[in-house]
Amino acid sequence: MIATLLASACRLISGATVEWRCDPYADAQRIYFGNHSSHLDFIVIWSALPPRLRHHTRPVAGRDYWDQGGIRRFLASSVFRAVLIERSGGAATAADSARAAVERMALEMGERDSLIVFPEGTRSTNGEIGGFKSGLYHLACARPDAEVIPVHLENLNRILPKGESLPVPMLSRVTFGPRLPPIVDEPKDVFLARARAALLQLKASA
Amino acid sequence: MIPEDRVLAALAGGVLALLIVASIAGWILHRSVRSASARATVDNINARVRAWWVMSVIFVLAVSTGPAVSIVLFSLLSFLALREFVTLAPTKPADHRALFWSFFIVTPVQYYLIWAQWYGMFSILIPVYISILLAIRTALAGDTERFLERTATNQWGLMICVYFVSYVPALLMLRIPGYERQMPKLMFFLVLVVQLSDVLQYVWGKTLGRRPISSISPNKTWEGLVGGVTCATGIGAAIWWATPFSPLVAAAMALVVTVMGFAGGLIMSAIKRDRGVKDYGALIAGHGGVLDRIDSLCFAAPVFFHLTRYFYVP
Repeated sequence: MIATLLASACRLISGATVEWRCDPYADAQRIYFGNHSSHLDFIVIWSALPPRLRHHTRPVAGRDYWDQGGIRRFLASSVFRAVLIERSGGAATAADSARAAVERMALEMGERDSLIVFPEGTRSTNGEIGGFKSGLYHLACARPDAEVIPVHLENLNRILPKGESLPVPMLSRVTFGPRLPPIVDEPKDVFLARARAALLQLKASA
Repeated sequence: MIPEDRVLAALAGGVLALLIVASIAGWILHRSVRSASARATVDNINARVRAWWVMSVIFVLAVSTGPAVSIVLFSLLSFLALREFVTLAPTKPADHRALFWSFFIVTPVQYYLIWAQWYGMFSILIPVYISILLAIRTALAGDTERFLERTATNQWGLMICVYFVSYVPALLMLRIPGYERQMPKLMFFLVLVVQLSDVLQYVWGKTLGRRPISSISPNKTWEGLVGGVTCATGIGAAIWWATPFSPLVAAAMALVVTVMGFAGGLIMSAIKRDRGVKDYGALIAGHGGVLDRIDSLCFAAPVFFHLTRYFYVP
């Protein structure tokens, strides 16, 4: 109920045109990865999904932001069923904390769930797509059964840019690309470059 | 409907008859065409006719339910049009606050002023106060790159999408002796003549159009313009009984608004060309965006309002 209302409100604000270049209704577990420029990004992807899949598609988000305040915590835990990860502290080193986060994500996917991740790690301010962190590679290795799907978001950086709290309701576009074909024993850098190229290609052809 | 509304009912009945004829014609065309390109054209025509049904029902309901509903309808159209315009505008993050105000403060206030019947403020709010205020806000944001282009684009967006469009329900504010409380009919007259002119220009252009008027839009031809404007002017004169005008004045008014409407379509096409798009949006199947449908109305409404006010309001 709340999820449906929230999805409708989000579609209204983002005025999103949704284009699928893969089967939207496939039952496979998926790892959706998108370009990150706005706090609205994951909600826009989430609300663009068919309702049946929405229920099993969970965003990966920073605990520091989503675990404070009653409303945020409620939304993260009950509506989006977000996988909250530590961005800093806790683990001894950054590498340890990243490895723990990937293990959490792979585990939380379980038998049914899909994930939404933003491999740039932080929001871009100018609409360009930055370099990818390695989490996406490790997650894809940990869950080779999941389909890796690029999702390009256009104009979200203008609707709710970094540092603003009120949205300007411009029109946006969400493009779900075809599955990134899995290649066995692909080196990390090659995989990440290929994933980023897939997003850039969606951007160019949208 | 109460007796005074018989004129409105007659106008609505005329629109209904037109839609039925268009739907039947579309169905016959659909059955008769063979080639792929003709089929695409016919499918587009039928999509347009279906959208016309929806738009006509919404408009007729709004006009006949009263001023509040008409004002809300046009404020929503302004909101959607502004959204399409701003999406194409070369904005920067420094414009964010000014844009937020445009959508959520300026647009509602402009339409509230019609509801409050405050003509003096209605007519200068956006051209004077908002132009100054938004320029100040954008300047305070500090980003000077393409400053003139950005502020000018945002101001023109508000002028076209909000200020000009609001002139349609603003007709409800006018007090014409002998025509009291009948302004919804004049609003109907304006929208009907302008939109029919668009349709007729399209029909004449598709059937006889040879010579394009300008390089901006190959679909706008001299044949389409002359045929469409002549027919729409004739229709405007023929429904003079719905207006405070004599048949001759009704024809003159119809001529002015159809020519203004044509100019509006041309100007909005020039903006689309500049921004490299074919349509402003995809909300209305077959037509494109809201702005693609109301572009002619934007430029016809203010002129129609002021001519009527100058000559008919004491």
